Amino acid sequence: MSTHTQSVSTAREDLTENEVVLRVTGLDVDIRTPKGVLRAVNNVSFEARAGRTLALLGESGCGKSMTAKAVAGLLDPVADVTGGTVVLNGTDLAALSPKQRLKYAGPELGIVFQDALTALNPVYTVGTQLSEAFRIHQKLSAKAAKVKAIELMRHVGIPEPESRVDSFPHQFSGGMRQRILIAMAVALNPRLLIADEPTTALDVTVQAQIMKLLRDLRTESHLAVVLITHDLALVAEEADTVAVMYAGNVVETGPVREVFGSPKHPYTRGLLDSVPADVGRGADLNSIAGSPPELHRIPEGCVYQSRCPLVQDVCRAIRPALEAEGAGRTVACHFALTTANKELDHV
Amino acid sequence: MSDAILTPSAVAPTVPLLDVRGLTKNFHVPGRGNNVLCALDKIDLHVGRGETLGLVGESGCGKSTLARTLLMLEQPDEGTIRFEGTDPFGLKGKQLLAWRRRVQMVFQDPFASLNARMTAGEIISEPWATHTDLYPTKKARAARLNELMEIVGLRASDAGKSPQEFSGGQRQRIGIARALALNPDVIVLDEPVSALDLSVQAQVLNLLNDLQKRLGVAYIFISHDLSVVRHVADRVAVMYLGRIVETGTTEQVFDRPRHPYTAALMSASPHLDVTGATPRNRIVLEGEMPSPLDPPSGCRFRTRCWKAEDVCATTAPSGSSSAAEPLHTAECHFPMTTEDLKSAGSPIKPKNAVNLLAPLQ
Ligand SMILES: Nc1ncnc2c1ncn2[C@@H]1O[C@H](COP(=O)(O)OP(=O)(O)OP(=O)(O)O)[C@@H](O)[C@H]1O
Ligand SMILES: Nc1ncnc2c1ncn2[C@@H]1O[C@H](COP(=O)(O)OP(=O)(O)OP(=O)(O)O)[C@@H](O)[C@H]1O
Ligand code: SF4
Ligand code: SF4
Ligand SMILES: [Mg+2]
Ligand SMILES: [Mg+2]
Repeated sequence: MSTHTQSVSTAREDLTENEVVLRVTGLDVDIRTPKGVLRAVNNVSFEARAGRTLALLGESGCGKSMTAKAVAGLLDPVADVTGGTVVLNGTDLAALSPKQRLKYAGPELGIVFQDALTALNPVYTVGTQLSEAFRIHQKLSAKAAKVKAIELMRHVGIPEPESRVDSFPHQFSGGMRQRILIAMAVALNPRLLIADEPTTALDVTVQAQIMKLLRDLRTESHLAVVLITHDLALVAEEADTVAVMYAGNVVETGPVREVFGSPKHPYTRGLLDSVPADVGRGADLNSIAGSPPELHRIPEGCVYQSRCPLVQDVCRAIRPALEAEGAGRTVACHFALTTANKELDHV
Repeated sequence: MSDAILTPSAVAPTVPLLDVRGLTKNFHVPGRGNNVLCALDKIDLHVGRGETLGLVGESGCGKSTLARTLLMLEQPDEGTIRFEGTDPFGLKGKQLLAWRRRVQMVFQDPFASLNARMTAGEIISEPWATHTDLYPTKKARAARLNELMEIVGLRASDAGKSPQEFSGGQRQRIGIARALALNPDVIVLDEPVSALDLSVQAQVLNLLNDLQKRLGVAYIFISHDLSVVRHVADRVAVMYLGRIVETGTTEQVFDRPRHPYTAALMSASPHLDVTGATPRNRIVLEGEMPSPLDPPSGCRFRTRCWKAEDVCATTAPSGSSSAAEPLHTAECHFPMTTEDLKSAGSPIKPKNAVNLLAPLQ
């Protein structure tokens, strides 16, 4: 390997596979709205490990993007972290000043936002935008940073990067732009990559290429990945562990195969039962009746009570805590075992 | 439905609702060399009343351009569009207004397509400002707005919020509610459910299905999620680099793809399998889609096709079908055979494509 490519993909000596890279504990995020302060993310805990992928799943609007932005310290001005810790490789990010945080987390944490295809600045060349991280964080000269940018473009599979480095974003296809964004996020060889719906806008062949890229980064550089997606098939194929969110709360976590194979939270069950699989063309798909509670009307007790087919009085009175439920799994439900064993009627 | 020319009853049932022939759209892009980008190249398609046509293909192949041209948001360079036998580009005044009401679109990007200065309620009810006869009273409009928001799983009490206050999936539902506001006959849906979680996705798909059964709405359904297309579509058209390379019934295209690109697409789709079975082998389609500014000679897929022969570089294949399935056509000199499809389980590597994602040496 030539020397100038080293920081692009060398395995980090300071990371061993499966070691905890990110530990989020009891994270709360509040949004200030005209209706008052709303809790969008409540007491969320999960961890991401080196060389592994954690998938964050859940109903649209349940707070996945908000959680991702809170971890990255990039919340919208109306939202604040009001509780919990975000520990990245031993350092509590929430305890750092914004300036310290940028300096520390900039190189260590990469994020690809959900609206990624509009995230590149149309007036600067891709090379300029890719070089920026190297210039700011590694204090490289413009020339040296450009060499790095070209190397990075090659690494994410952009053909002829030397001639394309001076092109503008609109001159690349959607799939290429998406890979450029992932390249930017991993430019400084971070420990953690948060990818919010990184392939939603892309067809399956480009998606397969991007997933291969993420797999390579995981094996080569022990990158820890937090993947946010609605695509359960993708999760089944790419993720090691999964955290399922509902109305701002984590309701179930565990190894993907086990959670998908025998879900213990009724919401997870409902989600899996909605897969458009073997129902005939034109037949109705299963879905979970009703809709999630409004943020300013989250009930006492269990967050899922209004839609849960197993609801009992105790669910309305006491919110179930996320508790260990078998090896490596946690569930927040008073009747977790019942869910695993019973036919549920969602509709 | 006051306009006689465009009312369904005035039209013989044999005329397809939408009939497109030879549709071509070029973009002129600034820059050196050849600056004509052929986004649509002689597209033929038809959609009947109450039917769903699925449209799939690699990102950048022209799906959204096709959708926009069908909606007359782009002017085609060549070809004809017939809506119940009438060319919408020839319509004026009241007739044009009536047509606009009957053909609606859900745009692909829920982040860019909604006006940030309007509330969700204003966005959904905006079409009624032009089509005033539909819900003439304020009360009727308010009731219909509530109904539409509930139909797509939004809360009517959120009508006063602006798009930025909704999550990605919630914004996509605003777009769907808006398209439904005028009770159209055809809806072009550009990735309508890609930002939705499965349960909401199921609700929206059930709703679309229900509207189709009750009112005979036709859909052109663009999606990269093949399991969704399989569920909703009656027929499927597969696009590659501005051309439709294969069409047939959903079953034909999914189960017996004839074009190598379709076969690759089907095999790249992720699989939800929790039984722990070993992952399937796939046709590994490598390389980027060629630049539409400089498409390959002959067959446009040949730079990535593992079946390509010399003739593919010199002669563009025309549509062909087998005797058994005359309406299942593909543009390929060497369509997939039953044996090909069986061996598609083992990885087929394109012989002339570079491996772009090879580990860095
Ligand atoms: N700027 C804002 N003002 C008010 N509410 C907001 C704002 N941004 C987000 N929300 C609300 O916060 C909740 C969480 O939003 P978030 O974007 O995290 O959802 P998500 O899980 O990423 O959903 P999706 O899958 O649809 O992207 C949603 O209910 C959303 O309506
Ligand atoms: N206004 C425009 N000017 C120049 N080129 C354009 C314009 N709109 C689209 N194109 C080009 O036309 C081709 C087809 O684009 P289109 O948006 O139709 O693709 P698509 O199939 O919808 O892709 P995706 O799945 O990524 O949405 C692309 O190469 C694109 O770059
Ligand atoms: S705690 Fe009760 S309401 Fe909540 S998910 Fe479990 S059974 Fe359902
Ligand atoms: S015509 Fe040739 S290059 Fe094109 S798809 Fe068929 S075999 Fe492949
Ligand atoms: Mg989101
Ligand atoms: Mg498109």
